[in-house]
Amino acid sequence: MDKVNITINGIALKVPADYTVLMAAREAGIDIPTLCFLKDINEAAACRVCVVEADINGVPMRNLPASCVLKVAEGMNVRTNTERVRKAVKMNVELILANHNRECLTCKRNQTCELQKLCDELGLQKERFDGEKRPAHIDEFSPSIVRDSSKCILCGRCVSTCRKVQGIGVLDFTNRGFRTEVAPAFDYSMRDVECIYCGQCVQACPVAALREKDHIQQVWDAIDDPEKIVVVQTAPAVRVGLGEEFGLPVGTPVTGRMVTALKRLGFDKVFDTNFSADVTIMEEGTEFLGRVKNGGKLPMITSCSPGWIRYCEMNYPEFIPNLSSCKSPQQMFGALVKSYYAKKMNISNRNIVCVSIMPCTAKKAECERPEMEVDGVRDVDYVLTTRELAAMIKQARLRFDMLPEGECDSIMGEGTGAAVIFGATGGVMEAALRTVADILWEKDLEEIEYTELRGLEGVKYAEVNLPIAGELTTVKVAVAHGTGNAAKLLDAVKAGELDVHFIEVMACPGGCVHGGGQPYVSAKKRMRLNPRINRANGLYDEDMRLPQRKSHKNSEVAALYKEYLGEPNGHLAHELLHTHYEPKDSYKIK
Amino acid sequence: MNKESKCSCGGVISANDPRFEELKEYIDSLKDSKGITMPVLQEAQRIFGFLPLEVQKFIAKEIGIPVSEVYGVSTFYSQFNLTPKGKHKIAVCLGTACYVRGAQAVLDKLAEELDINVGDTTPDGLFTLEATRCLGCCSLAPVMMIDDEVYAKLDNISVIPGILQKYYEQRLPE
Repeated sequence: MDKVNITINGIALKVPADYTVLMAAREAGIDIPTLCFLKDINEAAACRVCVVEADINGVPMRNLPASCVLKVAEGMNVRTNTERVRKAVKMNVELILANHNRECLTCKRNQTCELQKLCDELGLQKERFDGEKRPAHIDEFSPSIVRDSSKCILCGRCVSTCRKVQGIGVLDFTNRGFRTEVAPAFDYSMRDVECIYCGQCVQACPVAALREKDHIQQVWDAIDDPEKIVVVQTAPAVRVGLGEEFGLPVGTPVTGRMVTALKRLGFDKVFDTNFSADVTIMEEGTEFLGRVKNGGKLPMITSCSPGWIRYCEMNYPEFIPNLSSCKSPQQMFGALVKSYYAKKMNISNRNIVCVSIMPCTAKKAECERPEMEVDGVRDVDYVLTTRELAAMIKQARLRFDMLPEGECDSIMGEGTGAAVIFGATGGVMEAALRTVADILWEKDLEEIEYTELRGLEGVKYAEVNLPIAGELTTVKVAVAHGTGNAAKLLDAVKAGELDVHFIEVMACPGGCVHGGGQPYVSAKKRMRLNPRINRANGLYDEDMRLPQRKSHKNSEVAALYKEYLGEPNGHLAHELLHTHYEPKDSYKIK
Repeated sequence: MNKESKCSCGGVISANDPRFEELKEYIDSLKDSKGITMPVLQEAQRIFGFLPLEVQKFIAKEIGIPVSEVYGVSTFYSQFNLTPKGKHKIAVCLGTACYVRGAQAVLDKLAEELDINVGDTTPDGLFTLEATRCLGCCSLAPVMMIDDEVYAKLDNISVIPGILQKYYEQRLPE
């Protein structure tokens, strides 16, 4: 790439010609504030917070251009810290504040709000404009996401994320001028449109205009109820996210401290979704082998990600028969706690409250799906996000940094390395292959890392040679993350351009580690690091550390089958651990 | 949420309404061009008279963009109607001359008589009430137009019910 000479605040720089001024400034250590900017996703120049003064060889540019979209040019001189710039930026933020519901002290984004931080950095000291605000709409019908237009600053980050990353487009700018609002069409609730509840919009929102539906109080109530036995499970990705809420570097594994925190919060039993992730591999692996051997519907597609399931039901109903009938690890866990565990402990499952800690907002919707119950007993009662768990820990005033390492309780607390990597894109497939290959080769294989399935490539492929029914067969697998990528993959399968046997889809880009319920990483921080990489690395490190790295080596899972379920895909397993799907419609006209 | 779209004849637009075919033909004729949302919405409004959810869903599917974007465009431009328009359009001039001569009182009287807000349509589908900019006949202020007919010098708002009565009487018995 050709380079050009520019100066920023008098500092001479040589930068690639396709850089924006914002990129050049960040590299040179000059901080230009941003608000609507979200790297690679929303580069819209909407908020006018990143404006600069510029000239090219002494010829001034018109007005103050927005540095997030201003391309560098030979001889360009940029000034980011003049009185004119400072005044303009301040005014622009003051105008945003004029239409913002400033209940900061009691807001869910207090201290994580990017607008709040900006006001602090700019030194705003009074609310200069205090006039009429646009009418507020609060949509709380969705099982996962609350939309609150009174906080919206119209940056468009959610609009771009849903449309460009997820390929959906639930939200857009509606109406105009003072009445502009980011919303679904016809003021429909996010419950009733093509929203898959993945929460990527929540991750993108710089303020609290989009936030998760809060279930903290219900969980405190259950813990405080002496009649209830409250059991908790934590998904793999939570342990590499939670620490960020307490100041640790992005992706730091905190499994032991998290377990101790959960015990001190008052949960009666602290188990692990890793246990049921291993069960999932037993069920899904068996189902896959069955389909291959018996001519069942292929490619089989994983069903762990409820966002993906809803996406498939709404947009690709023709692939419903391809979906694995396995419930997700969260729901399997719930079903087993209220059957296997209840029976073992000789307690009534009606007294058990099953709480999940998930990196996910779609899990809140999944646990409410009507079919997710056995004999009228709900599998999972409440789902909290990683952020909500952090909030409980803060409310209980636990000093996270001083907590000792703890261990999960038995008989559903053991997890293998195969389970822990479920949290990253490609992880479910890798875990499945580890077990399927061992079973088919009838030995304990040592080469178990399928590195071609790791990383952030949108669609990944691998081929594995396995002996099936006495014949060496090349099993082709594919992995997609983010529903936008999933659509591309399915379109290729539909068009007959791609012949694969097994597909893993996770709705969120990067997989669960970047789920809608994970701690917020500000747009500014995302310019320096990619939380998906850091957190996935945390999981792969955990995998390396664990004594068992294959699901079928989980001794508690082995005991579950021996003492209770019988065979994988057996009668009882089907009753408890499998489910069904049906096409779903959006924008229903009643 | 109970969303029901009614066309001007009072019925819900059904999925097999032949007008969808007509719209589809138009969309197909543009398929290779870019930026077709606006012309498609204009054509849809010409065909259906307004742009209810069914029509916007159809457009979104046919041109491959989210419903939210179709809706965003249709609510950005004032030329698009999301609700059906009445058989007769009443346009009350709120230009300067009419305004100082009491056009607001004319508008208020009409809203009261018809029992609707400005911009809305009467439940029987007979009238839509709108406020407009200068109609270009200031010497006749305050004025209003019903369809192509100009009603001048409405200083005395008590004549308004009589004017409306004419249109009620023209209506064919059902």
